[in-house]
Formats: sequence, C-alpha cells, structure tokens
Amino acid sequence: MVLARREVVRPGRRAALRASAARLGLLAVPIVFFAVFFAYPVAAIVGRGLGDGGVRQFSRIGEVLGRDDLQRVLWFTTWQALASTALTLLIALPGAYVFARLDFPGKRLLRAAVTVPFVLPTVVVGTAFLALLGRGGPLDELWGVRLDTTVWAILLAHVFFNYAVVVRTVGGLWAQLDPRQEEAARVLGAGRFAAWRRVTLPALTPAVAAAALMVFLFTFTSFGVVQILGGPSYATLEVEIYRQTAQLLDLRTAAVLTMVQFAAVGAVLAVHAWTLRRREGALRLVDPARTASRPRGTRQRVLLGGVLTTVVVLLLAPLAVLAERSLDTPTGYGFDYYRALGSLDDSGSAFLVPPIEAVWNSLQYALAATAIAVLIGGLAAAALTRRAGRLLRGFDALLMLPLGVSAVTVGFGFLITLDEPPLDLRTSWILVPLAQALVGVPFVVRIMLPVLRAVDGRLREAAAVLGASPLKVWREVDFPMVRRAVMVAAGFAFAVSLGEFGATVFIARPDQPTLPVAVARLIGRPGELNYGQAMALSTILMAVCATALLLLERTRVRNTSGEF
Amino acid sequence: MAVTEPLLRLDGVTVRFGQRAALDAVRLEVAAHEIVCVLGPSGSGKSTLLRVVAGLQRADAGRVLLSGVDQQGVPVHRRGVGLMFQDHQLFPQRDVGGNLAFGLRMHGVGRVEQQRRVAELLELVGLPEAQRRAVASLSGGEQQRVALARALAPEPRLLMLDEPLGQLDRGLRERLVMELRELFGRLGTTVLAVTHDHGEAFALADRVVVMREGRIAQTGAPLEVWQRPVDEFVARFLGFDNVVSARVSGTVADTVWGKVPVPDGSRQGERRLLVRPAGVRLQELSGVAGVDGLRCRVEGRTFRGSRVAVRLRPQEGPPLEAEVPLREVPEEGAQVAVVFAVDEVVVLES
Repeated sequence: MVLARREVVRPGRRAALRASAARLGLLAVPIVFFAVFFAYPVAAIVGRGLGDGGVRQFSRIGEVLGRDDLQRVLWFTTWQALASTALTLLIALPGAYVFARLDFPGKRLLRAAVTVPFVLPTVVVGTAFLALLGRGGPLDELWGVRLDTTVWAILLAHVFFNYAVVVRTVGGLWAQLDPRQEEAARVLGAGRFAAWRRVTLPALTPAVAAAALMVFLFTFTSFGVVQILGGPSYATLEVEIYRQTAQLLDLRTAAVLTMVQFAAVGAVLAVHAWTLRRREGALRLVDPARTASRPRGTRQRVLLGGVLTTVVVLLLAPLAVLAERSLDTPTGYGFDYYRALGSLDDSGSAFLVPPIEAVWNSLQYALAATAIAVLIGGLAAAALTRRAGRLLRGFDALLMLPLGVSAVTVGFGFLITLDEPPLDLRTSWILVPLAQALVGVPFVVRIMLPVLRAVDGRLREAAAVLGASPLKVWREVDFPMVRRAVMVAAGFAFAVSLGEFGATVFIARPDQPTLPVAVARLIGRPGELNYGQAMALSTILMAVCATALLLLERTRVRNTSGEF
Repeated sequence: MAVTEPLLRLDGVTVRFGQRAALDAVRLEVAAHEIVCVLGPSGSGKSTLLRVVAGLQRADAGRVLLSGVDQQGVPVHRRGVGLMFQDHQLFPQRDVGGNLAFGLRMHGVGRVEQQRRVAELLELVGLPEAQRRAVASLSGGEQQRVALARALAPEPRLLMLDEPLGQLDRGLRERLVMELRELFGRLGTTVLAVTHDHGEAFALADRVVVMREGRIAQTGAPLEVWQRPVDEFVARFLGFDNVVSARVSGTVADTVWGKVPVPDGSRQGERRLLVRPAGVRLQELSGVAGVDGLRCRVEGRTFRGSRVAVRLRPQEGPPLEAEVPLREVPEEGAQVAVVFAVDEVVVLES
C-alpha cells in the first residue's frame, strides 16, 4: 500500500516541478537582463569606489556616515520624500476618483495633460517651478510671495511631477471596479462613506500602496528638481551622489552614498512586499466606460470643480509658464527660439548637431526602450502572475530596485563595465535604450501584475479544457484582458524613457543627445538665447509627450469598445 | 467474454485539502454513451471529482483512466474532455460565435469548418441568430445554452457538467433538463454531470451516484435509488424525512408511530425505517378515538402542483410528511388519523 501510494505521488511532484521550471524559464530573460545591465554595473562602480589597491575598505562606510553634513542630507531626503508622498496622495486621490468615475467634456485631453508633467525632464520641471514661484513669477508679481527658497517649491514640484502616477495607477483600477459591489453594501445599510471604506477602499489598497511606493521612490531619489530648487540649503542623496561623482570626483563617498540609498530603498521595498502580501484578490473588473457617469448632485460637482482647479493651478500653470517663456523673446512674442533650434550656429559649441535632432533621437530611443521594457516586464509579470513561493515573491520586489538606485550610478556604471567584449556597447546606440528600459520595467510589472492577478482563474481553466495549451491560454485569455494594462504600461515606459536624465546624461553620445540632455545643456549655458531655446525644446518635448499620450488614449478607447 | 473498457474509470481517487479529504478513494465507471449524474450536497466533493477528471486538480492518490489510458501527467488541454462550468465562464471579451469557435480553433479546425460548426451548434441549442451577440447581453438561460454549445463544439469524448442548470429558474430548468437529455441521446454524448438537485439528476441521468463527504454513498438507476435509498443520508438527501427507528420482525415494524407494515423480505431486527410521503395516508378521524391509525395534528401545507405536502405532528415521535391529492387536503390545525401503505415503506440497510 505504502509503496503504491508513493508511486502515485511522485509524478504529481514532477508536474509541480515542471510548473515552477516553466516559471523560471519565463523569468530567465528578466533575470539575465537585470544581472547584466543593472546588478553588474552598479556592483562594479560600488566596488571601484570602495576598492583601494585590491583591498576593500569598509571602514570608509562608517567614516562617511558619521559626517554631519551627510547625515543632514539623509534626513532631508527621507522627510521630504514622506511629505511629498503624503501631499501627492492627498491632492491626487480625489483626482483619481474624478477621472475614474465622472464623465465631463475634455476628459481625455485632460487626462493626457496631467500625465505630461510626469514625462518632463526633472530639470525642466525644476525650471518651470522656478519660473512660476520665483522672482518675476505670477505669485511674486501679484502678491509679492516667493516660494522658490522654501521647501514648498520642492514639495509642490514633486506633486506636480507625480500627480499622474496616482491618477493612473489608482484611477485605472478604480474605473474598472464594479460599482454594484458598493451598491450592494449601500443596500445592506452602509452609508456612502462606509460603503466606500469597506468595499472600494480595500479593493483599491494594492493600487494606492503601489502608487505611494512609486511616488516615495521617485521623490526619495529626486535629482533634477532638487538640484534646481534646493539651492545650497537642500540636497537629496542623489544630488549629493552627483556632486561627489561629477564635481568633487570623490568616487568613494559617492559609492558609500549609493549603497546607503540602495539599502534604504531595499528596506522600503521589503516593507512594501510584507504589508502587501497578496492582497490583490480576484476583483470583479468591468468596462470602465460603464462605471463613469456625468456628475450628479452638489457634492460631485464641487469635487469635480476642486479637482479641475487643482489641475489648472498646479499642473497646467507651470506648463503654460514654460510655453510662455519659450515664446517670450527680447523682441516680443515670436518663434525665434524655435527657429534657432534648427541651426548649429546659434547654439554655439554646445552641440555637434542642431538641437532639434534631439527630438528624433529621443523618439527612437524611447520606442526601443519601451519595446525592451514591455518585453522584459511582460515576461516577468506573466511569470509572477500565479501565486508563487517566497523566492519569486522576493523577485517581485527586486524588480522595483532600479527605481531606487541612483540613475547617476547606473549611467556611470554602464560606461565603465559595458566597454569590453563580449559586451562592448559603448559605441552602440542600444546603450541608451537599455538604460532607459531599466526604469521602465518596474512600471510595466507594477501596472500589469494587479490586472493579471485579477483575471478569474476559472476562465483559464475553461480555455484549457477546451484544448488551449498554457501558452495559448495566456494569449487567448490573459492577454486580451490585460491589453489595456499593456497599453498603459507601454505609455508609462515610453514616458519615463523619454524623460530619463540621470543615466542618459552619462551615456548619450555627443552627436546623439536626447531631449532632456539637450535641454540640460542649454540651461547650463548662460545667455537669453540658450535659456529661450531650452524653454522651446522643453515645450516641444511637452507637445511630443502630449501627442503620444493622446494617441494612447485613443487606442485604449478603440480597444475597449471593440472587445468589451 | 469481451470486457469493454469503460470510457472513464476512477480507481481509488483521493484528493485532500489539508486534513479534509474532498474525495476519499472514489471508484467510479462511466460507459460510453452513458449519462451519469453525481448527486450530493455542497461540499460532498462533486466538483472536485470533475476537476480531477479534467486534470484541473491533481489527485493525491489513485488513477484516472480515459478509454483505458492512465491520465497521470496528461495536461488539461490534451485530455479531450469537455467541462461546462457552474457559472459558465464564457469569455467576456468574445462574442457568442467567438466563444463557440474557441475550442475548434484550439484544435486546429479550419475557418470554414469552424463557421459551419458554430452555426450548427447554435441551431442545436436553439439560438440560431446569436452568433454576433455580446456575452454580457445574454440572459441566464441563453448563457447556459452558449456554454453548453461551447463545451460540445470540440466533440469531447466525455462531457462534464458542473451544476449545469444551477442558476436558472425552476420552469426553465425543468424544460432544459428534458432538452438536454433528448440532445445527449441524439448525439450519443457520454456525460458526467454533478448537481445538488435530485429532480434534475433523476430527469437527466441513466445512472445516479450519490456522494457524501467524498465517498460514494449509493449508485444505481434513478428509479432504483429513488425507491430503495440505502441509508438515512441518501433518503434525507432525496427529500424523504420520514425516518424513524424500528424493530422489524416479519412484515411488521415496531416504531414510535405504532406498527408499520414492511415489505416481504425486509431486513430484520433493529433498523432505520423510511416511509415515503406517498405512503402516509390520511383518514377521517372516526368517532372512536385511537382504534386504528396514528393521531396527528396538521401543522403546515406546501403546495406542489396537483399534490400537497402536509406536515403532521404525531402525539409521539418525529414529525411526518404526507403527500395528499389537492382536493383531500385537510385544514391546518385539524386532527387526522394516519395509516401507512406497505408499498412506500423501506427498511434502510444501514
């Protein structure tokens, strides 16, 4: 009897092993990708920073951490990130609701518009806020209020930057939650708020947590914004790493700070993975077009009005100021700065090619980066869809690390590691998209995973019983359901690739600058013309992003009406 | 003597969820062209049984054989069985035609042939115009038909139905059961269905299997099970609540309800006794009390078409249910006398 049973059990185990082997197979590509293009460069540069004639000097870590000024940097980095995250959630969650559940004229345009700040290079964001809040800005001229020297400028710029993260991640899911669930709770005697708190909020929690995590990571590693608005008094770790690497050439201190940032981000991700352990149940997802309705009653109208006002004041005003400055030439309003972008002469020695070519470079790079990110992230998300063991759960969190690691370090690491065979990519155009995809992958995984996990498992079973192999089940059942999520994920990947600055600035070739790099170069040079050109180029970037996002919105709608 | 291998054979199949055995050493055979209905309360392991056969659930022990071939290690999509899910699980992003064609596509059927089969199947289930309709626009009954057509499309050697009519209203359910039986008979489909509704099971099946806590309690032709439930569990599950302890000797059983006649050849001694409601006959209370019949008070009445289930409270013992023609129904609260008809009395085996 015992023998017979053992014989029966063993093949079952084999099947289970096969399943995890298949999962590992799917994960192999992402794992190799991250090992070669992320872990290796970062490890190499940290090793170089700590190494001294072949001896690792760990005593330097304590030495660096003991310094008063660096402790202040660490403290500031942490509290401003927490404050920015809280402020962003506070301001953006009503926005998520409005965009998910209310219909109003111009909604699609506005949704694309609020995403534009997110893809703007951080340098441009900083400049826009400087223009808005600083000397000569509207606030100064109207009321004599200047915020550019206070921390409020940084916090508001962070809200500006991350508003879309919350609206898209939370709102995207919110729009697909079945309102009848909340209605059922209302019928059972729950008040409006109680029904929301007991039914909708728990369903939204994973999305809110994911959004909060992203915002925290972005603001914790904030670079361009703080660089410009922080002045001498405020610096984040990332700014300090850049200062130590590029200005003081103190690679050792930079290496230690990179590790500190790495550890902090790792800790945050661990806490996140722990608190969030599989709260995404099988949600009832429905067609978002059916859940939204025209605002009814005073409450919804007031909410809509409030959100629209916030969007105009906080998001559109800085963009408008940017566009205004790009047209504000010494000889009155005109397109002089734009014309100057097309020629080499006016931009002086800053460029080998006319700045306008950066637009085409950026688009190509960003498209390649998006393709890489969707492929790598899609494979990882597919592998992580099924309930997984502790090992894979850990991998889930690891995928977020690139968001938390200093982009400056990654970029510099690329230069010193990918320069010899078999991986001599220094001269290859693919280097830039690879670095940009690193930041895109976490978005793809984060956006696709909750949706994939919410697909009813019995639909997959139904397909399998009808003769679909596991691959076909994915293609026929999962993919059509997550196509929306894939589009959103691709949009995000495209956007962050377009706006990526910290790593690209190190590796973009001088004759092939990207838009953010070109903008930064122009801003870094003195003179009205350079500043004006920077504004003009930023405005072009803004327009390109807005167009791309609008196209994305259109595809989404067409898919939705066709399939659901 | 040629022994024909049954289409489906379960050989000591056990499935455990933690400590609990959802299936406990189940042995079951289904012959080709047979319609077998597994009947049991929720949690008795019915659905698990189907999932094991489909390969969606791994058996902890035992074997599943289809046409004599052990299915161990054969993945779901290569087993060639069909499964209609309890809540249909139609693909929401496809229209009716897309749902029906899915299995055909998976089996590499050409586009023209797909079209032909889809049209044919829609005709078969009585929805000839529905091909382009969205799944969300279907009523419950229509969804059920589409799910059935989808399961039939790849012509599975074994069609399994999980509570096929569970979500439909009564009238529709009764009509569809007849339709299904007629359809399966015509197509020669081998069917393994599970349901908790005995009416459905008896109307649909050639053979009924009653399950209890992962084990098979009784198996047999519908009429046989209906007439001779083996134990109190099966009896009660079939809706017979007139069960009482008895001492059987010869053709008479001694119970708290008085003496009850039992059929010839019944098991003797201390037994449990079932009196089907049809065997509980009401009589006018004669002037002289207690001469014959058990005195009962009428507690409640449930109308079931042309007959009425009357709930009676005897002076002693558990309540009784009697089935009475409509025009003979006593008033609530009335006193009646009860005698038992031997044809409807069953001495249970255990």
